Formats: sequence, structure tokens, C-alpha cells
Amino acid sequence: MAEKAMEMTLKTGYYGRQRGARLLIHLIVIGVALLMLFPFWLIISVSFTDNLDLARNGYQLIPKQISFAAYDYLFRVPQQLIKAYGVTIFVTFFGTSIGILTMSMLGYGMTRLVGKTRRVAVLFVLFPVLFSGGLIPFYLVMTQMYKLKDTITALVFPYLVSPFYVLLLRSYFAQLPQEIIEAAKMDGASEFRTFFQIIIPLSTPVLATIGLFTALGYWNDYWLALLFIAKSPYKPLQLLLFNMLNNVEVLTRTPEAAAQTAGILPPVEPLRMAMAVVAAGPGVIFSLALGRYFVRGITLGAISK
Amino acid sequence: MEIARAQSGRAVSQISPFVRYMRRNLPIFALMALGVIHIVMIQYMPMFGMVIAFKNYRFADGIFGSPWVGFDNFRFLFGSKIAFQITFNTVYMNFLFIVTGTISALTLAILLNEIYHHKLTQVYQVTLFLPFFVGAVILGYFSLALFRSDGFINTILKSLNMQPILFYMEPKYWRYILVGANLWSSIGFGTVLYLSGIIGINPEYYEAAEIDGANKLQQIFYVMIPMIRYLIVIQLLLAVGKIFTANFGLFYFVPQIYNNGQLLPVADVIDTFVFRAFRGGMSGQIVNLGMAAAAGFYQSVVGFILIVSANFLVKKISPENALF
Repeated sequence: MAEKAMEMTLKTGYYGRQRGARLLIHLIVIGVALLMLFPFWLIISVSFTDNLDLARNGYQLIPKQISFAAYDYLFRVPQQLIKAYGVTIFVTFFGTSIGILTMSMLGYGMTRLVGKTRRVAVLFVLFPVLFSGGLIPFYLVMTQMYKLKDTITALVFPYLVSPFYVLLLRSYFAQLPQEIIEAAKMDGASEFRTFFQIIIPLSTPVLATIGLFTALGYWNDYWLALLFIAKSPYKPLQLLLFNMLNNVEVLTRTPEAAAQTAGILPPVEPLRMAMAVVAAGPGVIFSLALGRYFVRGITLGAISK
Repeated sequence: MEIARAQSGRAVSQISPFVRYMRRNLPIFALMALGVIHIVMIQYMPMFGMVIAFKNYRFADGIFGSPWVGFDNFRFLFGSKIAFQITFNTVYMNFLFIVTGTISALTLAILLNEIYHHKLTQVYQVTLFLPFFVGAVILGYFSLALFRSDGFINTILKSLNMQPILFYMEPKYWRYILVGANLWSSIGFGTVLYLSGIIGINPEYYEAAEIDGANKLQQIFYVMIPMIRYLIVIQLLLAVGKIFTANFGLFYFVPQIYNNGQLLPVADVIDTFVFRAFRGGMSGQIVNLGMAAAAGFYQSVVGFILIVSANFLVKKISPENALF
């Protein structure tokens, strides 16, 4: 009887006797969800609006006159966009793979230490979470000591190891059964071998989650490029996007653009929004497909810490 | 035999404890080495670089060659009214973000809990989470599309026969806009977090309350919220611990202060001030890099004190949730 009641509870939601109330909740939540989608809809719509229509009627949710001119123009001068995609893919791939390896080796090593050494190691990783040198010293160290200005290394290196993620990984590794590690040691496996052949396969869920967050961080990062990339060819997507936001002529006033779009006037505002759609769209769709892993990651980081 | 034992005995006693310790831990240290080197290079080296807040920085002389000026940079910073403005903007806006963010996320989480087993709820959660996937730069595009002189809001005003508003010239709207933009971009995170706490509550507590005659609202206020109050208090404390650090992307891209000085009175926070001063210094403008370095130093130190105090309080309430 109790079980049946429980089942009913689970099926209907505990308070779910009144259909009207639930319908109202659905309507409120749908309203919020539409608000979340609204800005995306707006820029997609503007990117498909005819330039004259835009000039006459302003930004609208449904264009009076649909036009593909912006995309047509954009795909005539795709060089910068392709290059930026290349840089972002490179940075995300190498940053995530090297980073996750380095962080998990450090996090696992910390669980193997004992006594005072362990306490020192934890403090060493924790302190940067709480205190940072700040922008200007960071910039000077990166450019003057390491000479990384205008290099692609400057876009990868600084985010390889996040002290916060190292601490998360450490607490995950610490709760793995220690007997397995002891058994591997008895069989003569080295620390490295234990780590790669036993610990890594046992930790794929947490490694995947932290890997996803790291990859998203690299993909959406504008900060390192804003600081270190002034005139090099290593302009990632987000920096190109920012330059376009600031000044749409970044795309229309290049020699290639002049050659390939002779006589075509750029539809400036739709072009800017088309650029945003093409630059951000694939990343958003990809992340959406992995949405539930991110949802899991939040609870990992904030509750089970 | 005797000799061999004596020799080996001497060998053991000759190895210092340090060497023995190193020998035992060497494989572990090797495993950790890359990460440790990285943390030293990226996290600790800039901390030493903070001395430039006490120097008159000259490019030719580098960090350590530039002359010391004592507290001059700080005197200069706190002597100007900019120090108050950026501190106020940072703390006040973060305060508004914490209040609005917590209330909205909690409300949404409570609502979603009521319909948790409906198949659409999964879709709602991912939709709320959408902003998490787009970079801050895209927020700048959204801002432009909404608030330009011919943007969406003005299209609406025009169709209602109202005067258009030049948003980027009018600071008075921007505290609201920034609160809205922050809510938009962070509500999914908070909602998912609080929802995961609410889901964990044993339904028997509600049943017991219901038997005692509690209605739905009473169950929410007297059962649900007390059950997750640790989660709420901890999130609040950690947010207060970070109240001295602003979300740079939000304040830089949404009001577009990179090419617009009009909105600085309400939108310039410590992080954007330091960045703008730094950027000006890089492009050869006459700005005081020392003052920016002093502001960065001030932010780091006050931020550190706040987060350590917040953690101290969290530890008192619930030790397992403390950061350290």
C-alpha cells in the first residue's frame, strides 16, 4: 500500500493533484524559457533581414523582407573565419587534452602523499584559488619573462592547470578504494603504471566532466586573446567576434574582401549578426547535445565537494 | 659476512632522512611535476610581480628594475574619486546580482520541482542552461540588437508612437539592464543547483507536514526551504566572499564600455578599470599603469580577506561544505 502511494507520488509529483496548478507552472516556465531563447531568435532574425528593410524598420523579430545577402557576403570572404575556427579548434584540443592529463596526474599524486608533505601540497594548490596576482603582474610575467606575446602558446598555456579542478580531481581520487592501489603496488606496478592503467579507467566519468568544462572554457575564451594577441595570425573565434562587434569593417575592409566582393556593398548590420550566428552557432549546438553532462558537472562541483 | 653487514649498516646510516624521503616519494613527485611547475609559473610568479604596485613601472627597466615609489600609487588611486566609484559599482552590482539571482533561481527550482517528472522538464533545464554555452562576447551582440538606436526595444517604442531612447548615452537604465543580463546568463546554473538540493529531500517530510494540515505554501516555507537552507547559506556566503571580483565580460561587453565612456559611472568596475588602464598604457596613452596595478593589488588583498572570512563562517555552519 505504502509502495503504491510512493509510486503515485513519483508519477504525479508530490503536490501534483491539481492539474490547473501544474499547467500554470508549465506556462510560467515556458515563459522563462522563451525569454532565454529570445536574444538568439533576435540575432538570427536580423541576420536574415534585408538591409533596406532593417534601415527603414529597425530590428524586428520577424523580418518583413527576408534576405540571404549577409550569408552570401560572409561566405565570399571566409578566410578570417576559417582561420579563427582553426585557431580555436587547435587551442581547445591541445589545451583540454594536455590540461586534463596534467591536472589528473597532479591531483592523483597529491592523494599518494602522506603527512606534512600532503598538507603542504594541498596548501600549494589551494592558495591560488583564493589569491591571485592580478592582471598587470600576470601580463608582465607572460610577456617579459616568458616572451609569449603574439604566440599561440599564450592561448593554451595559462589555462592548462586550474587549481580548482585539481582539488576536485584530488577529492575524487581520494575516495577510490585504496586496496586496489595497494594491490597494484604489491604486484610491482610503478606509480605511473598504477595511474595510467588503474586510476584513469576508474575515473572516466569525472575526467569527462572536467574535460568538458575545460574545453568549453577554451572554446569561449576571449580573455587571453584580448591580452596577448595584438597583430598575429593567431586570432581565435572569440577575438574575431569581439573585433566585429567593435567594428564591422574588420571583415569588409580587407584586401581579400575587396577582391572577392567587387561591387557588392556589404549589408553591414545583418552581416555582423550573421557572423555571430556562424561563429557561435556550432559551439552552442554541440554543447546542447552534451547538456546533461554539464548539468551533472554543476552538482559535482558545488555539492559533493 | 661481518664486514658486509657493517658496510651495509654504515650505508644506511649515511643516507640522510631527506634523501631517503626523496627516494621513496620520487615517483610521486615526478607524477606531480608538470602541474606543480605550471602552477608556479602561472599562479605564483605573478604574485611576486605584484611588487609593481609599489613601483613606478617603466617598460625599459622591467618589473624588478623599475624604481620604488612606496605607497604613491595607492595615494594616487585613493585620492581620486575613481577608487570609490569602481569599488561601489563592483560591490553594489554584485549585491544586486546575489539578491536577484538567489530569489529567481530558488523560485524556478521550486516550480520545476513540482513538475519534475514531466518529460518537458529536461528540456526546460537545458534551455535555462543555454547561456552557459555561449561566450560573453555574444552578450555584446545581444545588447546591440536590443539597445541600439534602431534596435529591437526602439522598434517597439516606435510602433507605440513613443520617443526612442538612446540607451548607450543614458547611464540611468544600465543598473537594471546589467541585473537583467546577469540574471539571463546565470539563472540556469543556480536553478540546477537548488533543484538538485530539493530533489534530494525525502518526500516523507512533506507527507508528515501534510498530515499535520500544512498546505502547499506552508510545506515549501516550513519544510523545503529549511531542508536546503545549508545549500542556500553556503552559496550566499561564497558569493559574498567573491563580491570584490566582478564578471569582467558582463561589464565590458554588455554596456560596450570599450568604445563608450558615457556609461562608465555605473558600469566601470574594478576589473574593467584595471583592464582599461592597462590597455591605455599598452597603446601609449598617458595613463598611470601604477594606479591600475595598485587597484589590482587592492582587489586581490581585500578579495582574499573576504573569501577566507566567508570560508571561516561556512566551516562553522557545515564543515563538509567549506572550501578548505
